[in-house]
Amino acid sequence: MYNEPSPLETRILSRRFGKPNSTSIDTYLADDGYKAFLKASRMKPEEIIEEVKISNLRGRGGAGFPTGMKWSFVPRTSPKPKYIVVNADESEPGTCKDRLLMEYDPHQLIEGCLIAGLSVDAHAGYIYIRGEYRYLIDIVDKALEEAYRKGWLGKNIQGTGFDFDLYTHTGAGAYECGEESALLESLEGKRGIPRIRPPFPAVVGAFQCPTILNNVETYCAVPAIIRDGGKAFADLGVPKAGGTKLTCLTGHINKPGVYELPLGFPVMKMIEEVGGGMRNGKKLKAFIPGGSSCPILTAAECEGATMDYDSMAQRKSMLGSGGVVVMDEDTCMVKVALRIIRFYAHESCGWCIPCREGTTWLRKLLTRFHQGQGTRSDIDLIGDVSRNMLGRTFCPLGDAASLPTTSIVEKFRQEFEDHLDGKPCPYEHVDHMVMA
Amino acid sequence: MAELTEMTFSPQTEARFEKLLKSYPPGRQRSAMIPMLLYGQDEVGSVTDELIEEVAQRVGVTPLQVNEVLSYYSMLHRKPMGKYHVQICTNISCLLTGGDKLWERACEKLGIGHKEVSADGQISLEEVECIGACSWAPAIQVNYDFYHKVTPEQLDQLLNGLKKNV
Repeated sequence: MYNEPSPLETRILSRRFGKPNSTSIDTYLADDGYKAFLKASRMKPEEIIEEVKISNLRGRGGAGFPTGMKWSFVPRTSPKPKYIVVNADESEPGTCKDRLLMEYDPHQLIEGCLIAGLSVDAHAGYIYIRGEYRYLIDIVDKALEEAYRKGWLGKNIQGTGFDFDLYTHTGAGAYECGEESALLESLEGKRGIPRIRPPFPAVVGAFQCPTILNNVETYCAVPAIIRDGGKAFADLGVPKAGGTKLTCLTGHINKPGVYELPLGFPVMKMIEEVGGGMRNGKKLKAFIPGGSSCPILTAAECEGATMDYDSMAQRKSMLGSGGVVVMDEDTCMVKVALRIIRFYAHESCGWCIPCREGTTWLRKLLTRFHQGQGTRSDIDLIGDVSRNMLGRTFCPLGDAASLPTTSIVEKFRQEFEDHLDGKPCPYEHVDHMVMA
Repeated sequence: MAELTEMTFSPQTEARFEKLLKSYPPGRQRSAMIPMLLYGQDEVGSVTDELIEEVAQRVGVTPLQVNEVLSYYSMLHRKPMGKYHVQICTNISCLLTGGDKLWERACEKLGIGHKEVSADGQISLEEVECIGACSWAPAIQVNYDFYHKVTPEQLDQLLNGLKKNV
């Protein structure tokens, strides 16, 4: 195990993490494995989708779109083949949960794909895994081989008459390919440039055919939903957001790690009790709820906040991907803004000019600023450039770069002022290094 | 037109290629291109002209089409990296736990910078974006192996070990 589990967790998707031989199909079968698929094979497709709707499961990749609704958009009776595509291109900074779902329990993911396949009459699927996760491709490939050997993939699965093939597909280094339409382009052997939507992937997706495209964690929730019923899953969370969320605690806390928490878990309790509190007894300064593309919250805004879509939306942020970043009082917010924008400038595919130029200008402005060569008017310019990217690109990467930058400039303006007139970064002496 | 090439790979890589070419719908073999380039690079050391020709031929596109795609993907290298490609993450969660200091230390110790290779061709360095190890930051990857919660001392040991292995 990468980190000790917390007693405050509700372990549904992660319940097999750390168990001996958790990747083996025998372990999975002995622990309710593939029962949900057999149950689903006796249900009508619309009943499966209805159960997913009742569960209030929302996409776990970051956008939070209701999963059952997404599945219902697939034209099931279309003469074209339909596809199931898994987004395992986990690359939103702060996020490292899909890795564990594949590392510890690949059969749960396979079962989720099978049930999705039943719901839209798809007979093939692709698991798009980021290239850096090579060891996971080996683990998932081995699980797929086992599933074929034991008759849980392939033709006439367990006598149900349902055929399904599932493959892994490696990426080769590109954050943008985590965006659904860019991922589909990449899957077709092209550059990961986003597609213009509509049509959405549900109608025109992989190989120009109707496609369900979800994050690893979303598919992994499906077996439990079918097995125990959508209501049981919904009841774990809060209204309009059912179930649990794998949450990656990162940054300046004592017990960083991946924890499965029910939706609606209080932010401060998560930091204090699950994460063991702030490192070195420091004070909380800033908080990213779900990956570096989310607007940053101040410590004051974290009071009373809960980890769910509505609570974060009320604070003009997002639940995102589950990549929580906790920053203490010694963190330089100018440096944080610069590092975040350097990432988006590097990853911008360059297709939309506001994103390509905006991220590059911001990188230059923030680099200059952090070196103490910024002017007062630069502060407004940084805010202005980032605001002008928002909503002006074909995919959300422009927004992902704009939102954190805008929020940092607005909420931590004083820190920018502190860098003016050639003053050295007030936090440059701080050593954040992990101690042996 | 380029001459027909006859590149061969290890049995494992050939098996992977064969499987890939059967994984996509009929007429969609181009989908295998990016995986084949990456697996091919792992064996050859970089994306060589020869590898481009070979992959193009196997998936049924022109070398030009392969070229325009491969420049998009950061893991595909036209020039050989070292036998040990040391990738240090400095993205947000790693930055907050000292990843930037690890990066500076590695550059200083090895005397090379971003995407540079040591004179003997054995070790290369790359400052990488998030590698999905944020809860165990700061993180490093050497080729495909992850190292978590790396301290400066552990970095020194790791680099010294790689030098010895050379």
